[in-house]
Amino acid sequence: MIMKRQIPLIITFLAGLAMILGYFIPHEPFGGLQQMLNTWYMVVAAFAMILGVGNLIKLHTIKIRKRKQGFGYSFVLLAGLAAMGLFGIVRGIEPGTAFYWMWWNMHVPMSSTMFSLLAFFVASASYRAFRARNIEAALLLIAGILVMIGRVPIGDMVWSGFPAIANWIMNVPNTAGQRAILIGISLGVVSTSLRLLLGIERTYLAGD
Amino acid sequence: MRLAILAVSCFFLLVLSPASAFSQELEASEGLLPHLLPPESVRAADTPNDRGGSITLNWDISPDDSEIDSYEVLRSATADGEYSVVGTVSKGTIRFIDTGVSDRESYFYRVRAVAGDRYAESGPIDGVRSSSQWFNRNRLNMLIALILFSGFVLWFIYNAKIGKELFIRKISGLDAVEDAIGRATEMGRSVLYIPGIMDMDNIQTIASMIILGRVAKKTAEYDVTLHVPVSKSLVMTTAQEVVKESYSAVGRPDAYNADNIHYLTDDQFGYAAGVDGIMIREKPATVFFLGAFYAESLILAETGHSVGAIQIAGTAMPAQLPFFVAACDYTLIGEELFAASAYLSKEPLLMGSLKGQDWGKAIFMFFIGAGVILETMGITFLAKYLVTR
Repeated sequence: MIMKRQIPLIITFLAGLAMILGYFIPHEPFGGLQQMLNTWYMVVAAFAMILGVGNLIKLHTIKIRKRKQGFGYSFVLLAGLAAMGLFGIVRGIEPGTAFYWMWWNMHVPMSSTMFSLLAFFVASASYRAFRARNIEAALLLIAGILVMIGRVPIGDMVWSGFPAIANWIMNVPNTAGQRAILIGISLGVVSTSLRLLLGIERTYLAGD
Repeated sequence: MRLAILAVSCFFLLVLSPASAFSQELEASEGLLPHLLPPESVRAADTPNDRGGSITLNWDISPDDSEIDSYEVLRSATADGEYSVVGTVSKGTIRFIDTGVSDRESYFYRVRAVAGDRYAESGPIDGVRSSSQWFNRNRLNMLIALILFSGFVLWFIYNAKIGKELFIRKISGLDAVEDAIGRATEMGRSVLYIPGIMDMDNIQTIASMIILGRVAKKTAEYDVTLHVPVSKSLVMTTAQEVVKESYSAVGRPDAYNADNIHYLTDDQFGYAAGVDGIMIREKPATVFFLGAFYAESLILAETGHSVGAIQIAGTAMPAQLPFFVAACDYTLIGEELFAASAYLSKEPLLMGSLKGQDWGKAIFMFFIGAGVILETMGITFLAKYLVTR
């Protein structure tokens, strides 16, 4: 239990304290602590990648072995993983290599396709959100329409005041709301960090 | 006549000899470089509030600033030693920070205005040493705020510890968590938990893992399948541990299946595609989006909506909040994400920290109000003091 609870708590407390001291004390050894701990984290995360890839291979191998529904896609995934990995390691990732070609001609278009779906989802979500069912939704609808009209050239052609209204909505009420949320978030972050540092919040370690 | 020739010869020797100090003086002012003046009032000092290894130079622009190309900063280890260029800044600039120095060693500087092949140098600056400081005075305001805020949190934690009842406002999104998991039980479908796309060094992911522990306890109690696809390996191992411990804590270690918490990909849209696929195939009854999200937020939330899942989202990314509000049934806005663990557990110590957080917010509101009034009246000291550097 000591190994599972007390030691991680002590490490969390000391690491957190070191980061706080590093923020206020520029003198060595505190000044460079944040950078050093970030570097450590990156090293750990890089090695942890092996765990992720191992988990991916394990799950899809089981899926293929048990002939689960859609196991053919697991073949494609493992083949893609192996091809990208092998070509990248053996032939490098510079322009002109197979890895580079696959990245730009397969991965990037597929990512762009997923991203482009956002346009349609924005339309469907806006349709639901902008229905004037109550006063708040009606205000949202009016503000949304004004911002949309103010941000397209035709809005300026119809009336030159639309862009100014759109800018005012974005710069004043929108910014004020966002800043209020950000202040709340910052306090929440400090509060959560304190709970973690003081060992009050232990769910991430081993339940309660 | 001889005297006149001697005087002219001496004049030419003095003026044109490159080794002559007098000639160098003229170079600096007018002699070979007519009409170009060096920068004025050059000062150099140790850069304040830093880790050392840095000297800051300030100067007033040359009267010929509009005609020059740039300023060159020259450094030497001795006053009369050889100066070498350590930096070039564009015209109009009045500051340069030299980060190539060692602490406790003296350095001498000159600043030169350069126009094509002409230049005019300032006189040398006396030896300056850099040093590191033990306290960043620019962050004194942050230290006071931190002590004040931590004091509030600790005070209310203490109050909770001695049994004082604390009122916490109702958060609908968190009240709905149990109902949402109950719905999955009744429908015989799974619960899908998405902890965002950031790694364990992000506080939102940590908050998400804490909430996952609470959600996992409920799914274990209700015997519902909990599915957690993740986009980072470290998040996967953390989530596996958290869920495993939660299942053990409620006496259901047998129901824990590590394969339900699995890695998809680090790629943002690859992850979105993978999660969308899981939603379409499994049609979960409940979906949680709790953590740090970017452009994939709406792609995920709209897909979840299309399969008829009840969706509870929470993030501290202000740009993604409108998407979640539009597409999800409940949304935890910013700080509510960090309050979720305390709210769900109802533990007095955690509730105390929430209360302290609220008082911190009240202090911030007071300072914002005071700042607005003072700035409107033209009194700027408070706003200046509150700026962080």
